[in-house]
Amino acid sequence: MDFDYSVLDNNEKIIFALRSLYSKRGYKKFRMSKFEEYDLYSRNKDFLLSDSVITFTDTNGKLLALKPDVTLSIIKNNRYSDEKIQKLYYNENVYRVSKGTNTFKEIMQAGLECIGDVDDSCIGEVLLLAAESLGRISGDYVLDISHLDLLSAFIDYTGCERETAKQLIKCIGEKNAHGIEEICLANEISPDKFNPLKKLVTVYGSALETLPVIKELAACVGAQDAAESLEKALSVFDGYAEKDKIHIDMSVTGDMKYYNGVVFKGFIKGVPGFVLSGGQYDRLMSRLHNNSKAIGFAVYLDMLNELNINENGVTDDE
Amino acid sequence: MLNVALPKGRLGEKVYEMFEKAGFDCPSIRENSRKLIFENEKSSVRYFWVKPSDVPVYVERGAADIGVAGKDILLEYEPDVYELLDLDIGKCRMAVAAPEDFRDDPSKTLKVATKFSRIAREYYSSTGRDIDIIHLNGSIEIAPILGLSDVIVDIVETGVTLRENNLKVFETIFPISARLIANKSSFKFKNDLCEKVLKELAFQTGRDNK
Repeated sequence: MDFDYSVLDNNEKIIFALRSLYSKRGYKKFRMSKFEEYDLYSRNKDFLLSDSVITFTDTNGKLLALKPDVTLSIIKNNRYSDEKIQKLYYNENVYRVSKGTNTFKEIMQAGLECIGDVDDSCIGEVLLLAAESLGRISGDYVLDISHLDLLSAFIDYTGCERETAKQLIKCIGEKNAHGIEEICLANEISPDKFNPLKKLVTVYGSALETLPVIKELAACVGAQDAAESLEKALSVFDGYAEKDKIHIDMSVTGDMKYYNGVVFKGFIKGVPGFVLSGGQYDRLMSRLHNNSKAIGFAVYLDMLNELNINENGVTDDE
Repeated sequence: MLNVALPKGRLGEKVYEMFEKAGFDCPSIRENSRKLIFENEKSSVRYFWVKPSDVPVYVERGAADIGVAGKDILLEYEPDVYELLDLDIGKCRMAVAAPEDFRDDPSKTLKVATKFSRIAREYYSSTGRDIDIIHLNGSIEIAPILGLSDVIVDIVETGVTLRENNLKVFETIFPISARLIANKSSFKFKNDLCEKVLKELAFQTGRDNK
């Protein structure tokens, strides 16, 4: 089939580049139905980026929803697979409320999930694919990586109550060191207990520069294991040509009801928010009564149409 | 080039002085003109004056890399930005005020006039009080006088406006001050400039942000 590549818009070019990348690495395409039972989302609302879901009643009386998320559907529909590890990718439209207009929007999303007997090499592979996905979109990218078990250890070290921990997590996501101090002092937590956390959220830079600082801080709160786990995950980038674009940023958080271990977000120069988000979600799996481990990420394509693709160049191996 | 959104008004002028001291000067901003955008290539900075409540919008959407906004505005709009520093200026508080003779009758829905609907809703939901929010955009103080509301939730700086309208503060919800905010993407791609601003301003405020 012959066609003119220039007729494709940015999203289409990116989708093709990502599909090509994922299938070359042995990931199988996962195609799902547009609708899903609403119950799945109502039970896991916090996992979704927005609470609102478009619902309708099917002819048999069941309440269905237009997919606001792909990961939940993939887990639900793959529960009984015999394969030791399932590597899937998708590109699907999802329906979410857009923050600016407060109305529903159709958003093209691509991503991949690695479900089953997920080990360190799988985690490394997914991190590498996340970085390469960003590289396919633009040469100017940053992948920020954090570790939730490490973050939990710093929060636990303050000895705070659950409600206070929630407030601290919000401050961590904002790199709000003064907020952490204010909350801790109001809860009579002494500076020696919250200073390591305060320092942790302000550490930012390439993994090479920041890992020693993180390890030193982790030793203060007895979180050497979690720091080692982060180091192990990052070791996949040892020979990576664009290693300087891989950063440690502990302000990348995730809902600890669902996520654990490594979490990450990807940014492209010229796009104001993150375009890629992912992490390990073993806790979500166990909430869905599935004993497997899992890691995955999604690329949000709704903001990429504004990118000047000619200048940045979506690249493919071909 | 670092794009900085400054809140129009006295607070913005104070903030500019802090940036100027930090090495991000832009002399043209002091000229008496109606211009809203000022640039100094030498200092790699571009300032623009915007309505204070719009600062987080410019920063969240990446039109500005960094900006300065009051904590009240950040709590009301909850923008997805980094809050890097408390500048310890523009200090005031968010408070519940009402006519001096006001007595809350818990058997009735409390009518609350405010510009800050989210803050008022969250505050009263934390106390379990049933309320009706009347969203206004200005002159909030006259709402209880005219019987439009029972109380107001608003910013109180000196309390003079309240006193002159026979209102008094019944409760303080939280203290407010100006915060340095940054766009999440800009913080990564213009990290050196953002860190420089942060370091210099932290030094000026005497805050150890690390």
